[in-house]
Amino acid sequence: MSTLLSYAPAFPEMLLALAAMLLLMLGAFSDDNDHNGAFVGWLAIAFMIGAGVIITLQPASTQSLFNDAFVVDQFARFMKLLILGGTAAAMLLSFDFLRQNGLMKFEYPILMLLSCVGMMMMVSANDLIALYLGLELQSLALYVLASINRENVRSSEAGLKYFVLGALSSGMLLYGASLVYGFTGSTSFMDIANVAQANSASGNIGLVVGLVFLLVGLAFKISAVPFHMWTPDVYQGAPTPVTAFFAAAPKMAAMGLLLRVLGGAFPGLEEQWQQVIWFISIASMLLGAFAAIGQNNIKRLMAYSSIGHVGFALVGLASGTPEGAQGVLVYLLIYLVMTLGTFACILSMQRGDEMVEEIDQLAGLAQNNLMLAFTLAMLMFSLAGIPPLAGFWAKVYVFWPAVQAGLYPLAIVGVIASVIGAYYYLRIVKIMFFDEPQEKFVPVSPNLGLVMGAALIFIFAFALPQLGGPIVAAAEAAANSLRL
Amino acid sequence: MTVATSPILSIVTFLPLLGALFIAFLPRNAGGDRNARHTALYTTIFTFAISLLIWINFDPRTADFQFVEDAAWIGPFRYKMGVDGISMLFVILTTFLMPLCILASWDSVKLRVKEYMIAFLVLETLMIGVFCALDLMLFYLFFEAGLIPMFLIIGVWGGKRRVYASFKFFLYTLLGSVLMLLAMFAMFSTAGTADIPTLIEVGASKFSREMQWWLFLAFLASFAVKMPMWPVHTWLPDAHVEAPTAGSVILAGILLKMGGYGFLRFSLPMFPIASQELAPFVFTLSVIAIVYTSLVALAQEDIKKLIAYSSVAHMGFVTMGIFTFQQQGIDGAIFQMLSHGIVSAALFLCVGIIYDRMHTREIAAYGGLADRMPIYATVLMIFTMANVGLPGTSGFVGEFLTLVGAFKVNTWVALFATTGVILSAAYALYLYRRVVFGALEKANLKSIKDMNAREIAIMVPLVFLTILFGFYPALLLDVMAVSVKQLVMNFEAAVSQSTALNALNAQ
Repeated sequence: MSTLLSYAPAFPEMLLALAAMLLLMLGAFSDDNDHNGAFVGWLAIAFMIGAGVIITLQPASTQSLFNDAFVVDQFARFMKLLILGGTAAAMLLSFDFLRQNGLMKFEYPILMLLSCVGMMMMVSANDLIALYLGLELQSLALYVLASINRENVRSSEAGLKYFVLGALSSGMLLYGASLVYGFTGSTSFMDIANVAQANSASGNIGLVVGLVFLLVGLAFKISAVPFHMWTPDVYQGAPTPVTAFFAAAPKMAAMGLLLRVLGGAFPGLEEQWQQVIWFISIASMLLGAFAAIGQNNIKRLMAYSSIGHVGFALVGLASGTPEGAQGVLVYLLIYLVMTLGTFACILSMQRGDEMVEEIDQLAGLAQNNLMLAFTLAMLMFSLAGIPPLAGFWAKVYVFWPAVQAGLYPLAIVGVIASVIGAYYYLRIVKIMFFDEPQEKFVPVSPNLGLVMGAALIFIFAFALPQLGGPIVAAAEAAANSLRL
Repeated sequence: MTVATSPILSIVTFLPLLGALFIAFLPRNAGGDRNARHTALYTTIFTFAISLLIWINFDPRTADFQFVEDAAWIGPFRYKMGVDGISMLFVILTTFLMPLCILASWDSVKLRVKEYMIAFLVLETLMIGVFCALDLMLFYLFFEAGLIPMFLIIGVWGGKRRVYASFKFFLYTLLGSVLMLLAMFAMFSTAGTADIPTLIEVGASKFSREMQWWLFLAFLASFAVKMPMWPVHTWLPDAHVEAPTAGSVILAGILLKMGGYGFLRFSLPMFPIASQELAPFVFTLSVIAIVYTSLVALAQEDIKKLIAYSSVAHMGFVTMGIFTFQQQGIDGAIFQMLSHGIVSAALFLCVGIIYDRMHTREIAAYGGLADRMPIYATVLMIFTMANVGLPGTSGFVGEFLTLVGAFKVNTWVALFATTGVILSAAYALYLYRRVVFGALEKANLKSIKDMNAREIAIMVPLVFLTILFGFYPALLLDVMAVSVKQLVMNFEAAVSQSTALNALNAQ
């Protein structure tokens, strides 16, 4: 019994892994129909909520397991709750779409669940092996999810593209990991950190090269410029709820992993990695702002928007301070909610049986369905970072540490990019509110409405001390458990 | 509980929001529209009534912030509200103009009435908040959030080129503001506090000369666009022309004042050295604004555009007055802002009255209105004269005081600015002649009706105040006197300290 209890920090992951097995059995030995598929999906959501409850009940201390390869601290808990919330909400968004397109198979929730386990493993990784295991577990599940609509050419293309480029990035990451191992003699982040701190950067060029390769691999996963090329195609090609999932949870996990690696394993090399982060941050913000202007497919637009937002989140990381890490966490949380809300709106763009994805199709929505138009408009303003909405606070918490750390050029480029980016968010508002109405969309389904409503309330209520205050405090506690 | 200890500023600020929430739950039909209008009107009137309590209980003998509320907010930022002699009157101006805006939109807005009223009430909350906020982030939040309702007001209920105008308004203002946001972060990082009263006290000593320059320029980027100052004024004519009447009133009456208020609240007290050193630059821009935009106004074919350019010119007097760093100059600048808030609002309402009847703003489409619209002609005459700055109207006091202040500091500035007064007489009277005088020849004007009771009700308080403040400016000047005096004293102390320090270093 006591042996079992000593694994308590890993209970959430264990629960979800076992749940995936259980659901697999359940699915395999029952009839393959919509009803059973949805049943498996709801059970998966229930298990994720259970895992979330376990995480909130865990003591606030730092515990590590398996020879320090797996660490559970406040940071890991914060990120895991984000991942679980993102996955569960993405699952909720999927049901209607899957049923309508004949994709309501039990494999879908199980793959999401497995990917979720992988992501939780990523943010708890304290060892290069654990890192890779988590990363591959989530990636493999995602490749299948991207091409789950296998009769659709675009979906298959998205899955293939994602797989090829993902495999390439994994290769880079592995190469970097092996270099780091070669030059430090250990895969454990603690030992790497000790070596990194002992030698100055010039004394250990191999370690720096390994670090850069690691960063390249991770930059692929968070779709930061210049490793973003896969994002628009995959976002557009994958079935919309899968895109929502991609935009939400894996981004969180990869950013969390980036923070964990940089904060845990390379404390002596801040100057080296800050340059890299500084560059990809600026490049992502600018590309996200400019490239989205010409898009007419809303999923593609959201892809570029996500590239831009990754750039903004990295502004906090570039400052290399605990405040900066706190900013990243606040940013991720707020971005997660905004993305899920936006995708709930995108999934509601439906006429008859057909989904529409062109922005022009939103014309005059405010006169047909004011609630939907208002929600999407507020989400757009929030993504643009206009106060008092949550997106503004996200920007405050990343730019303020950057200014504090003296990164003025980065901050100035960042805010200018956010003004340029505001243009295309405004364009969507303009189309919905100022243009002449088109044919109506079908009524919003309850599942989508739930996510939309929650997101809308969140982006407004964040400015209240009762909501924003505790979130910021939790992010601060989480950031302090990193070694930045 | 007395007024002084009650959270009256929060009540006044958030009352309109409450009204907006109520309207949101009204049904979507003709009855709902009617109720939305009435709810909006009563909410704004009630807010105005409560805001008068602020004025009545305001103590003009102290420069301290009054009715202060302070509570924890998010992270290091605090929810702190309070008013002093500089900001209090702007709160009243806002609450005063709002019911008039609602009344002015009574019949002219027929589509999406509920949303319209909600947008205006939300905007009122945000505008009052700007003048009450005493925390950097709280100020920025109110300052910037106003973009959303204004964007929708121009874009949904505006004229033909509304999309262009709304985008231009939004992006121009946003670009200016984000730089200010970064400056605020820098101030917060350096001084360790986001509390505006504390920053006013210690800001000048905490920020080095070089830093003050950067901070000043960043704030200038925001306030100059908002003001608007030449050469970043080009969004204003577009926004004014395309906005619905009430939108123009709010833009001219209140939103433009945020820039001037920002200079007085932030730039002068917190960055005195940079203000002092950059004053010639601001003077140059002000004089160009006064002369150039007056000339531009002279050539306009569109009534609203003409008034918009005249607003830019009048705001030139305001920036000139502020940067004299003199009691008279600053008093005059504040007075000019308040007076312009009333007069330009009234002028836009006057344009709205004939626009509602004829659906054109072309000056050429009018002429000889005095025949059929004697009341209208009289009202427009009064406001035209106030716009020109005729003694006996509120427009005179502000212009005169700013010119006196400028004369003490720099005669050349005063000289050029005074030509602006002449030019303003030229364009305003020329406009009046073309619209009101002459023979009533156009066929479609033959049946035009004079102002109705609702329109007269809107104009009466505006006419009354224009003349009252023209003859008895002390009513306003006494309120701001002590706060302005304190501002000027602190400014001079900071500048002389720095000069002494420089002299010491030079030795």
